[in-house]
Amino acid sequence: MCATCGCGEATGTTVLNLQTGEEAAMHPHDHDHPHEHVHADGTRHSHAHDDGHGEVVALETRILAKNDALAAANRAWFKGREILALNLVSSPGAGKTSLLERTIRDLQHEVRLFVIEGDQATDNDGQRIRAAGADAVQVNTGAGCHLEADMVARGLKALKPGPGAVLMIENVGNLVCPALFDLGERAKVVILSVTEGDDKPLKYPHMFKAAEVMIVNKTDLMAHVDFDMAVAVANARNVNPDIEILQLSARTGEGLDDWYRWLRREAASVRAEAFA
Amino acid sequence: MHELGITRNIVAIVSEAAAGRPVRRVTLEVGRLSGVMTDAIAFCFDTVAQGTAIEGAKLDIVEIDGAARCESCGAEVATPTLFAACPCGSRRLVRLRGEELNIKSMELMEAA
Repeated sequence: MCATCGCGEATGTTVLNLQTGEEAAMHPHDHDHPHEHVHADGTRHSHAHDDGHGEVVALETRILAKNDALAAANRAWFKGREILALNLVSSPGAGKTSLLERTIRDLQHEVRLFVIEGDQATDNDGQRIRAAGADAVQVNTGAGCHLEADMVARGLKALKPGPGAVLMIENVGNLVCPALFDLGERAKVVILSVTEGDDKPLKYPHMFKAAEVMIVNKTDLMAHVDFDMAVAVANARNVNPDIEILQLSARTGEGLDDWYRWLRREAASVRAEAFA
Repeated sequence: MHELGITRNIVAIVSEAAAGRPVRRVTLEVGRLSGVMTDAIAFCFDTVAQGTAIEGAKLDIVEIDGAARCESCGAEVATPTLFAACPCGSRRLVRLRGEELNIKSMELMEAA
C-alpha cells in the first residue's frame, strides 16, 4: 500500500515523459519497510501491556522531515540553475491547465517553460501542455491526492529543465493535502475560479495561508455567478494578510498582463538571488 | 486523506529509531492548526503499525492550542483558527504554536 494515500502498489505513482513516451513506475516509499526481517520467522507479536515502564527515547522529529529534506534538495537544485519553480494548486476545474496553456503561448518567445503535471490518472493535461508548446512530464499519483517532493525530483530527471527556465508544477486538484507538502517551489500559487464561491479561502484556510499569490480566474463569468470579488479578497486577506491577488480570465486574456508582470518580477528575483 | 501517509511516516521514523526493539508507546505533538486530524491518525495507526516493530504500541497524541504574537500590539494571543485576529484588530500575527507535527518520543518495552 502506498504511504501517501493508501493506494495499492498496482495503482501507484507513475512518471510519464511526454517527449520520449517513456513511463516509469515509482514506489516512493521503499523506506517504509525496513523491519520486515523482524518477523521473518512468521511469528506475530501481541505486545501485551504490563504495568512496567520502559526507556523513553526522545525523538523530537518532524513527521514530514523526509519530504522537507527532499524539498530542500529540489530548492537548492532550482537555485543553482536560476529556475523559477512554482507550485500551482486549486480545486479540480479552477483552470490551472488553461492558465498554463495560455501562459506558454503568450510567453513562448520570452521564457523556456517546463511543466510537471500532477493528476491521479490520464495524461490528458500533459498532452494539452505539449500541444501548447512546452515540455511536460505527467506524474500520475494513482489514488494519491497530492504531489510530494520525491515525485518532483523524479519528474525533473525526465524533464531536465535548463538554466533560467520557469518550472510550473501543476499539483493534483485538491485544496487540502497539497498545502502540507513542500515541493521545493519558490511560491505556491492558488487559483480560485469565480464559479467556486467567494468563501473558499475560509473553507480551505491552510492552502490560502500557504500561498504567496491568489489568482481569481474566470472573471469573464462574474456576471453569471454570485461571486463578490471584494468579499473573496477580504476572506483571503483574513487568512493571509500578505497574499498577493491577481484577477484574470485565462479564456479571454483579461488581466493576464498582471500575471506575466508577476512572473517576470519573480524570475528576475531568482536570477538576482542565485549568487547573493 | 493525507493522514494515512502521515501515519506511515510516523511508523517509518519510529521503526527506524527503535531498530527492532519493541515499542510500548509513541508520543506525538500535533498542533490544532496543523491541518491534520488526530482522530484519523489514531484510526490509521494500529493498521499501519501491523507487522512492524511498533505493532501494538500505544499512541499518545498531545494536542497543542494555537497561539501567536501580534506584530501590531505585541500581545500573545490565542488563535483557535487560522484566521483569528488579535483583540486589537490586527491580523498580522506571527504563529508561536499550533502548527506542530512532531514525534516527541517513544517508550521502549525494556527499561534502560
